[in-house]
Amino acid sequence: MGVFEYVMTTITVEANNLTRIYGGREAVSDVSFELKKGEVLGFLGPNGAGKSTTMKMLTGNLAPSKGSVKICGIDMIETPREAKALIGYLPEMRPLYKEFTVEEFLTIAARLHRVSPKSIGKAVKNAMERCGLSHMSKRLIENLSNGYQQRVGIAQAIIHSPMVVILDEPTVGLDPAQIIDIRDLIKEIGMDHSVIFSTHILPEVEMVCNHVQIISQGKLVYNSSIEDLKHYRQGNKLIVGMLRPPSKDELLKVDGITDVEMIQNGLIRLKYTPEKMPSEDIVRISVEKGWGLYQINPDQTSLEDVFVQLTQ
Amino acid sequence: MILNIARKELKSLFASPMGWVILALLQFAFGTYYLNGVNQYFDVMSGAIRPAERTGVTQFVGQSVFGLASFIMLFAVPLLSMRLISEERRSQTLPFLFSAPLSISEIVVGKFLGLVSFLSILVVLIAAMLSTLDIWSDVDFGYIFSNVMGLWLLVASFSALGLYFSSLTAQPVIAAIFSFIALFALLILDRFFAGDPSSVLSYISLMRHFQPFGSGLIDTADIAYFVLFITTFLTLTIRRLDADRLRG
Repeated sequence: MGVFEYVMTTITVEANNLTRIYGGREAVSDVSFELKKGEVLGFLGPNGAGKSTTMKMLTGNLAPSKGSVKICGIDMIETPREAKALIGYLPEMRPLYKEFTVEEFLTIAARLHRVSPKSIGKAVKNAMERCGLSHMSKRLIENLSNGYQQRVGIAQAIIHSPMVVILDEPTVGLDPAQIIDIRDLIKEIGMDHSVIFSTHILPEVEMVCNHVQIISQGKLVYNSSIEDLKHYRQGNKLIVGMLRPPSKDELLKVDGITDVEMIQNGLIRLKYTPEKMPSEDIVRISVEKGWGLYQINPDQTSLEDVFVQLTQ
Repeated sequence: MILNIARKELKSLFASPMGWVILALLQFAFGTYYLNGVNQYFDVMSGAIRPAERTGVTQFVGQSVFGLASFIMLFAVPLLSMRLISEERRSQTLPFLFSAPLSISEIVVGKFLGLVSFLSILVVLIAAMLSTLDIWSDVDFGYIFSNVMGLWLLVASFSALGLYFSSLTAQPVIAAIFSFIALFALLILDRFFAGDPSSVLSYISLMRHFQPFGSGLIDTADIAYFVLFITTFLTLTIRRLDADRLRG
């Protein structure tokens, strides 16, 4: 294995049995996971499941009752200063000093994150450009709209180009165009760093992440790559629509089909064996026998359904 | 890093009119007392016939200015210190500092230094004002130095206590009221125990340790008292913030 490959597989975040007890109740219990360089991790879960608490522990804002956090191999509890230097964090309530202008605030953020004095100007300019704030640099944060304040929050998290960026619901309060911008930004940061972000918008996870975790009642109930999630959703099913649908038996004769289910509006759900995808055969036979095929789609369980299934 | 926090605090004091207004108002008050002191000096001294009744101009003017300063700071410091941590708590900006590569001690000491350097501007201005007496008279710089040092230590102690009370609550006004009450109590403590100067409670009084500076006496015991006072409250503040991280 070459050095290059070694760098590619470097683990940036390592959480071991993270547990946080609030008044006897476990708000987060035994959460363990790893994140590699270049991965974007989507963090999902219902309200109060422990997403924000976990993120607070990852960033050293809250001491875990049990377990440990390592950032690029550096322990957050033993050497918090070194570990925190590698993290950029945007909490749920964005921490902005509203009496400053955007530029002043970002300069302070850069300074506190130990950006060398010479490169502060460059870092501030770069962060503003990436978050689309350049034309707002001289405005007081107080006077910015909700969406722009959110951008300032993201800018302060990436200003020191940290190894790990942790964003707690970064797209809340943004308009659709801004959301697209921010998603692109997250993807871009994810190229050479690691990103963990939480959200309630489920499709966003599929668009941006290559790893998904679902947390429910403090426990990690799902932790897998995005391909697995897609696979989980598809489950070898097709939805077909026909003007003159044949009988169930006739459909079962098609090679590969194992089950037929009539659903509303003349649509039919077909289950098939994973080895044999029957779509081509269905189209051919439909034409031969004049079934009047007008629609054929893979049947996906909606993300919402997956989410509800997993969190119940 | 401590200096960066201090810089940020100083900047935020000057970002609102509050900082400027307080500086201007206090300087106006000190200036007025200074002027009155100078004007009255000749009236009073021309009436004092015996040499024992005569005091130097430095002491005469200095007494009134420094007396006023220590009294006014009792109100001004809680007003300035109240926001230091409670405002951050209220607007939820503490995570910004906590997730930066800083220790809690650095944050607390930085905030303390930020406020003290703001107040030092006033102390320095007072010293500069009194030094102008040197233009037409012979100023006792030793007396000014000891007074400035006393005032500075007093103000720093006020700030440390104010910072601690600010860390206890999310309401700046409550922080201000409590630090004012605590400071006032500590200042007048020795009055209650005037009959028994050796009592421990009387020894705790801030005023008791400030007065020697006022008469031009620098005692290391008093300096040690102020340093201990400041260290105690800064440590308490650090512990209070650390508890936030531990208890959440």
